[in-house]
Amino acid sequence: MATNKNSNGFRRNDGNNADANGKDLKVVGKPFRKVDARAKCTGQTKFADDIVLPRMLYAKLLRSHEPHAIIKSIDTSKAEALPGVLAVITGKDLPIPYGILPVSQDEHPLCVDRVRFIGDPVAAVAAIDEDTAFEAMNLIEVEYEKLQTITSIEEAVLIDEPRIHDYGEGGNVHKSVHLEFGDLDEGFAQADLVREDVFFYEGNTHLPMEQHAAVAHYDSDDKLTLWTSTQTPHYVHRALAKTLGMRAAHIRVIATPNGGGFGGKSDPFNHEIVVCELSRRTRRPVKVTLTREEVFYCHRGRHPVLMKIKTGVKKDGAITAMDFESFLDGGAYGSYGVASTFYTGALQTVTYDVPRYRFKGLRAFTNKPPCGPKRGHGTPQPRFGLEVQLDKLAEELKLDPAEMRLKHLAPPNSVTANYLRIGSMGLGKCIEKVVKGSDWKNKHRKLPFGKGVGLACSSYICGAGLPIYWNNMPHSGVQLALDRQGGVRIQCGSIDIGQGSDSILAYIVAEVLGIDPFDIRVLTADTDLTPVDLGSYSSRVTLMTGNAALQAAERARELLSIAVAEKLCTPVENLSFADRRVFDVENPETGVTFAEAVVLAESKFGTIGTVGSYTPPRSPGKFKGAGVGPSPAYSYSAAIAEVDVDAETGFVTVERVWIGHDIGRSINPMLVMGQVEGGVYMGLGEALMEEMIYRANRNAVHKFPSMLEYKSPTTLEMCDVLTYLVEDADPNGPFGAKEVGQGPLLPVMPAVANAVYDAVGVRVDEVPITPEKVLAALRAKARGKEARFGPTGVPAVEWPDALKVLTPAEGGDGKEMPRVAVHS
Amino acid sequence: MSQRTKQKAHIGFNVNGDPVEVAFAPHKTLLEVLREDMNLMGTKHGCELGECGTCAVLVDGRSILSCLMLGLDAEGRHVETIEGMETSAGLHPLQETFADLGAAQCGYCTPGFLLVAKELLAAKPNPTREEIKEALSGNLCRCTGYIKIYEAVELAAARMRGAEMELPRESVYGYE
Repeated sequence: MATNKNSNGFRRNDGNNADANGKDLKVVGKPFRKVDARAKCTGQTKFADDIVLPRMLYAKLLRSHEPHAIIKSIDTSKAEALPGVLAVITGKDLPIPYGILPVSQDEHPLCVDRVRFIGDPVAAVAAIDEDTAFEAMNLIEVEYEKLQTITSIEEAVLIDEPRIHDYGEGGNVHKSVHLEFGDLDEGFAQADLVREDVFFYEGNTHLPMEQHAAVAHYDSDDKLTLWTSTQTPHYVHRALAKTLGMRAAHIRVIATPNGGGFGGKSDPFNHEIVVCELSRRTRRPVKVTLTREEVFYCHRGRHPVLMKIKTGVKKDGAITAMDFESFLDGGAYGSYGVASTFYTGALQTVTYDVPRYRFKGLRAFTNKPPCGPKRGHGTPQPRFGLEVQLDKLAEELKLDPAEMRLKHLAPPNSVTANYLRIGSMGLGKCIEKVVKGSDWKNKHRKLPFGKGVGLACSSYICGAGLPIYWNNMPHSGVQLALDRQGGVRIQCGSIDIGQGSDSILAYIVAEVLGIDPFDIRVLTADTDLTPVDLGSYSSRVTLMTGNAALQAAERARELLSIAVAEKLCTPVENLSFADRRVFDVENPETGVTFAEAVVLAESKFGTIGTVGSYTPPRSPGKFKGAGVGPSPAYSYSAAIAEVDVDAETGFVTVERVWIGHDIGRSINPMLVMGQVEGGVYMGLGEALMEEMIYRANRNAVHKFPSMLEYKSPTTLEMCDVLTYLVEDADPNGPFGAKEVGQGPLLPVMPAVANAVYDAVGVRVDEVPITPEKVLAALRAKARGKEARFGPTGVPAVEWPDALKVLTPAEGGDGKEMPRVAVHS
Repeated sequence: MSQRTKQKAHIGFNVNGDPVEVAFAPHKTLLEVLREDMNLMGTKHGCELGECGTCAVLVDGRSILSCLMLGLDAEGRHVETIEGMETSAGLHPLQETFADLGAAQCGYCTPGFLLVAKELLAAKPNPTREEIKEALSGNLCRCTGYIKIYEAVELAAARMRGAEMELPRESVYGYE
């Protein structure tokens, strides 16, 4: 039975294991292995590149080596003449643009008339093997006319011509926003101390171990199937229908298990569309597998963000007002960038009480690989700035940074100044746990020179409140089928990217139906067979698919209950589902097996299938821009990093991290722990070493598009992690669960920065915190200059007029205030 | 087929205990031969440049990066891939603990880690945490932060030695 299934060497019944009604939980809260874990440990999991079909061709994309240029001509004749080549296509063959956001349909599967970054694809080849495809790709001749290259935020706001795109705010500004909540002047006037700081967060990339791969098969019935390593099969489905000009109903997208996603497989990609078109032309299956270098150039990772933060506080650390400016280097395309821009200004208000808040955000186009969503999407950068600034404020006020934060937490069940509705809020407990666990009070400002501790906190959404394209349909759907042998099949559009989403579905349904999770067949991420789930992004899957699965399972349980109650002559409410049985709680011997219960229900009602779906609650914000930030729930994290800084070399070693995470409730604590540890790991890489940087000349060539030189933490750099799970059930989560996939990464970078300061007394207001930067700050300190390394200012730009919204405390209704003309 | 003539090499070697013969283009790496010519898809690739450890297999019991070894060099040797770790007796203890303890998240790097860990335990049945880190330092994992991997190796090592071991509660539920 369920409780004996794992042989993993730890006790099974630890922890609080009852639901909100006090009912004992048999599956939820237990460390079951994942339903797909053994397949992954035996090489049986089929990733996209493991798929081989008869007569399959191989595709290669010719990518631009120019960062910004007009395509004068493309000559494919030599490639076409090469024996073994079956198709060569260029931009004119796929002229319809696409993009993940409806407002940024700015990509083409193959560039039509212009290339915008090194790596932009201009032509594609299908051939009988990979070597032939590669050889043919190199026979394609492209003539370019070079254009001026824009390589930085500063250049993008200064240089209006040439424009990288002909849409946006003008020049090379893609998006510019200005939101104001409450009277900032009054807020700053009330402050005892106002600080203004500038921070920079360098871009970095997901680096999934699996290179993107896709296999397309356009069959003789004119139906197309695409197997692809994507986090968002539903959005890929839509992009294919659009760009190929096909009926969506004739296209089937099957997301293969992702060998790591982290946000990097959330956009529809040009190579996915290209293999479909090549298959349509050749009527043979076509595969593409990107090289690691191509994966670096596909990117869609963390935006480099320059920030200026002005915060006013009272003597006790209470924030009176915050004015936040962010400048995002978007790279060459829109991607998720409009959402990313808003996200750099959204979640500042959900951790500590911020009564008045202003956000100005600008995203620039540059001739570099496009940025997009990476774990934490748009929020690690502002969180880094905010948490380092709070550390500085605490020091000036002579307050303990932990105490200061604890005193001014955003209250649970409240609405923030920018209209985000907070439900459960366990940050206080997270801070208390890490403070106690780390012996913070005896370490902070008390360790010898070279050793230090730093604290930071954060919050993340449990799913975006709004879908990417406007519609009123559910965000997640689940279909459940029960067969008369007692088998249960779950169908859901969600895709497991390693986080365990397939298992979460099985655990929740098993809990409700009283069966073993390993009895269940989970069928996910197939647009022909599964109802839509929007995808594995924004930490939405446990909460949204979990709620949909819960609803479907409860509906199935109801049908079975009616049939079994009739058979046993027992009231329905007396029935319990556990241990693969349905029985009378007052007389547990009286009951039927689960399979018998299905037979009774099928005899009474016909074939047993139920559905469940989930739509997030409406947000209280009604202003333009209120769509980014709302979520059914917010997770919270607090982290303390302990570091050793070598003042001779500038080398920072993170020795350990204590992290508290408010999970609401763990559906599976072992998987939660894995996400926390993985989040700390990825945060450590961002804090210390990972960066997407390009040669300084105008070529915008990636400095090191390889895994050897793009440094990421190995076992030798990874620190010890001491994790504390805070379980404060959220009413919107299934069994109270909140997210854990992204949140625990967020506090790591600022905690490390604050610890470096505690260790050697210099501020590195920039990540990654490399030895060079630490040394530069130490040298500045030795010369009597400001003991700091970091940016000194932000570009002067003309912001659009502020969209003003009264805060809830000011009696606001969430709508924009009428604009008053200042000049008559 | 391109214009250059291709002449396949034909070699015999032992894969997961089975004697096999295989013909392939002579420039192919062992990784390509295993995946493309033998359909042993359990061996994965992350860089094909010897940087990430994902494609590790055991050759005569020693871990090597199959993307850096020519298929031709496998002639007459014993190659073990992830497909060979499970036997009729069941999963290898490492496979069992990796699965049960959450050491495989996306699972893409897992075959490489399992084979390198197997090599480690053959040489050191009771490795320290530091020895495990050292042995696995050539394998990148982006999901786990490595901690669950260390725990899985330690638990498998204990079981293989016949030692009693219970994971600390905090590994699964966190600290109080």
